Amino acid sequence: MTETSTTSPIGRDTPRVDGPRKVTGLAQYTSDFLFPGMLYGVPVEATIANGKLLALDTVAAEKMPGVRAVFHRANIGRIFRSTPAPGFDRVCEERRPPFEDDVIQYYGQYIALAVADTFEAAKAAADAVRATYAKEKSNVEARLEAGHDPDVVFTTYGPVPREQSKRGDPEGAFASAPVKLDETYVTPAETHNPLELHATTAIWDGTMLTLYDSTQGVVNARSVLAQMFGLPKENVRVISKFLGSGFGGKLYPWTHVPLAAAAARQLGKPVKLVVSRKMMFQSVGHRARTQQRMRLGATREGKLVSLMHDYVYHMSMLGDYHEDCGEATPFHYSVPNLRASFGRARRNIGATADMRGPGAVPGLYATESAMNELADNLKMDPVQLRLLNEPRLDESNGLLFSSRHYVECLNVGAEKFGWAKRNPAIGSMKRDGLTLGWGMAGAAWIAGRFEAAANVQLRDDGTVRVACATQDIGTGTYTILAQLASEKTGVPLDNIEVELGDSALPDGPISGGSLATSSVIPAVFKAADQAIASLLIIAVTTPGSPFLGHKPDDLALEGGRIFVKAEGPGKGVPFGDLLRRANARLVTGSGSAEMTAFAPNPKFSKHSFGCHFVEVTWQAEIARLRVSRVVTVMDAGRILNPLTGRNQIQGAVVMGIGMALFEETIYDPQNGAPINSNLADYMVTVNADAPPIDVTFLDYPDKEINELGARGIGEIGLAGIAAAITDAVHHATGVRVRELPVRIENLLV
Amino acid sequence: MHIFEFIRPTDPAAAIAAAAQSKTAQQGADVRFMGGGTTLIDLMKLNVETPDRVLDINRLSLDKIEDTADGGLKIGATVRNSDLANHPKVQKDYLVLSQAILNGASAQIRNMATVGGNLLQRTRCVYFRDTAMSCNKREPGSGCPAITGHNRTLAILGTSEHCIATNPSDMCVAMAALEATIHVQGSKGSRVVSFGDFHLLPGNTPHRETVLEPGDLITHVTLPPPVVGSKQLYLKLRDRASYEFALASAAVMLTIASGRITHARVALGGVGTKPWRSPEAETALAGKPANDATFRQAAEAALRNAKAQSENKFKIELARRCLTYALKMASMS
Repeated sequence: MTETSTTSPIGRDTPRVDGPRKVTGLAQYTSDFLFPGMLYGVPVEATIANGKLLALDTVAAEKMPGVRAVFHRANIGRIFRSTPAPGFDRVCEERRPPFEDDVIQYYGQYIALAVADTFEAAKAAADAVRATYAKEKSNVEARLEAGHDPDVVFTTYGPVPREQSKRGDPEGAFASAPVKLDETYVTPAETHNPLELHATTAIWDGTMLTLYDSTQGVVNARSVLAQMFGLPKENVRVISKFLGSGFGGKLYPWTHVPLAAAAARQLGKPVKLVVSRKMMFQSVGHRARTQQRMRLGATREGKLVSLMHDYVYHMSMLGDYHEDCGEATPFHYSVPNLRASFGRARRNIGATADMRGPGAVPGLYATESAMNELADNLKMDPVQLRLLNEPRLDESNGLLFSSRHYVECLNVGAEKFGWAKRNPAIGSMKRDGLTLGWGMAGAAWIAGRFEAAANVQLRDDGTVRVACATQDIGTGTYTILAQLASEKTGVPLDNIEVELGDSALPDGPISGGSLATSSVIPAVFKAADQAIASLLIIAVTTPGSPFLGHKPDDLALEGGRIFVKAEGPGKGVPFGDLLRRANARLVTGSGSAEMTAFAPNPKFSKHSFGCHFVEVTWQAEIARLRVSRVVTVMDAGRILNPLTGRNQIQGAVVMGIGMALFEETIYDPQNGAPINSNLADYMVTVNADAPPIDVTFLDYPDKEINELGARGIGEIGLAGIAAAITDAVHHATGVRVRELPVRIENLLV
Repeated sequence: MHIFEFIRPTDPAAAIAAAAQSKTAQQGADVRFMGGGTTLIDLMKLNVETPDRVLDINRLSLDKIEDTADGGLKIGATVRNSDLANHPKVQKDYLVLSQAILNGASAQIRNMATVGGNLLQRTRCVYFRDTAMSCNKREPGSGCPAITGHNRTLAILGTSEHCIATNPSDMCVAMAALEATIHVQGSKGSRVVSFGDFHLLPGNTPHRETVLEPGDLITHVTLPPPVVGSKQLYLKLRDRASYEFALASAAVMLTIASGRITHARVALGGVGTKPWRSPEAETALAGKPANDATFRQAAEAALRNAKAQSENKFKIELARRCLTYALKMASMS
């Protein structure tokens, strides 16, 4: 291992290897691929949220110029259900195939598909389809009350007890606690809104189906689509070379994917289907609305004695998705009596789904807000309260943490931010005529690995190819794989070709859970080791090789050169020279590693930790609130590429500003439509709202995760930030907002 | 999108003659003039506008900014918002207009959007923009789901029981305060319309938004000579820092002599069903000392007749604060 070597690319600021392709337009996103004879599909959306589709009038649409077909239940052909499987295979959040029945469960449900020679013709035809419904009253009520669910509910990822964690006597300890907090926190439905729309192009060749799909999981998409079309898995290939992000919304296939494939099958032509921005709010998932009651009991000195986190989230009529707000609750702080439990409220809405930091992000908003309010009640500094309740181990299961430096996060963050200068009195801090608010909150996120396989080739021109069927969703996965291959072979990044985003490659993980990087490390390293082992055999067996007579074990590869260990790397031979001498174009190695996240009987409790310190400015005269400064400290294992790593955290903080202040999907009370279904009315943070964001990585390797000690960083930056912002808002204005987003009207008092 | 004929006339008379065949110049027009297209094309993609013919007026030489004989400014209908906002004379004498434009949209949109088009900017009410919804403005008599639905950003001034749609323009708010004049050429000759008369209140005909008739082509806008010593300010309040329509905005012009207000013009944006000139505020300011108490009274007066819906009551107080602060900052400028 050369991880401390000055030439190692690990831990070095490394610009994206795919950057030049992106800025020059050479990077092809899903909807950029064009095929001869390709047709365009545009779905027709239901304009009721509950009821039955009685009739479709497609006559006018079918007669329009360029229209090839209008598909619906009667002519789409068979689409089978994708059935649930344990783990992370064959996952999709809406298991009912499109057009399976005439029951409308949510506004925007696809009821037909127009296919035409051009997108414009298909759109015009889709608009010309007329539907008749038996409309029933829809329920999109924002206030949530738990439905009648069994004690153990079936979710996307398997059965989950509704009382998900319990220890001690939380009710009794709360009742007798000298200091109490009992508040309910609400987070709204949020829509992922990656800039790149969901898109699929389906191409059939006999019984072979190829899908160009904007997906965060080509391997899973292959499994799902194979089931939906009754095909062997090897007959389906899914390609996703570049993504304009997904934020979890593209983890698993949505109904437009089989629709495109079914239309292509019926017409014998490639069919492209790009989901509109409006449809992005309806039929491709969203983050559930949550309502979380927090009860905290503490001693007068601030030691937690009870923590109850009882929450309800909304979900679709069809889905199984569990918004696990209690994910971080059981282990984050030391408390002898604890309960995390949930209930579910069914609504006439599209399916809920993973969205960046699913569960933990809304959950930590509630728990960290409650900690801040408890600190207030105790007249204690919120950092101190957290330090006082630091656990020695994971109290939910008695396991030691694999690597936890939360205390150091808090101390470093406080120091960098200047927290010691905080005057806790409301509205007491001023700068340039503005009132300042300072707030903070902690963060946590899962760590571990998914199953992953990879292939590494060393080639006779001195280049390396590394391949894995994971994806780069814009976070820098191409670069990470290049760094890993370079680390093992010493070949510079420029000479490393990375192939991702194709299910024909060795199975790779979904780009989800912030686990892709940690998952691919052992697979790529093993593959590289195997390729190098093959190379060394060639070195000692090829006639004319300077290494004849040595044993492979005598040799090593470093800096792209093979050398005799005893002689040092100075006299090495470039591996390309050796391959050419052997008349071998390449050597190849395969490697794989098993899943460790969510595995039974873990030896350690594995999580990442972090914290945010936030400053807001408040101008009461005009009710103007701005986030002016953020300091974030992350304990997320070894950071392989700090440049793209900081970018991940900064992006998450920017998204967190949106979560705290702007984002909310609003359902029309009368017809159940997501009514602000565009990027003007669904507000996300814009550049002008993004303050300076100072990111620090503690960079402690977590060797329980993988040999480099790298965890993941895609999501944790969004955890806790909303609680830090609302705490800062309270410090500036005196107003505690417990229902996100914070709006001007909350502060006009 | 509805199939349409795209025509690029080079002669105003031909353009006017073609447009005069439209059954209306209001919602549902079958012939539309197109400037930058930043509103019209959007609405055509949404099937809210379905013209059979679109007349591109960018070749009619209406793109000049010129001094008028009386010392004012003549602004052609196809002058781009960016060019107008950055024009030296606008920045010097009509600062409120420059500020208003630069507070709107994005640089890319301002580079396309025209003055004439901005005068006709349509509401952002989500129900208007979605043909699956009822809307009295889009389909007269179909009902207004906004009144009982999502109305947080909608109007509190000039509303009716049929429509509460907000006029979203920033530019128009400044033009209202500046007392601009709109010059229209129609099939029966040309005429001038004072800014305050141009936009209509919704009443029971919310589909009628302006006084324009079929064939009426806005050729230019004139601004009166600058008011000497006028202190001007446009203040826009919104949820995020940029790229959002106003929750409340104010265009103010104040002339102050010896601590007293000798001339005041006030218009509000983001709160009215049309660009909202406030004679009540102007009256409350005229002749009064330029101090916080006066400004607050003016703001009270401006919002006295405001009517809130289920979600937008806060806009009354926000608009008050917006106007008070705008007056204060203008007076100190």
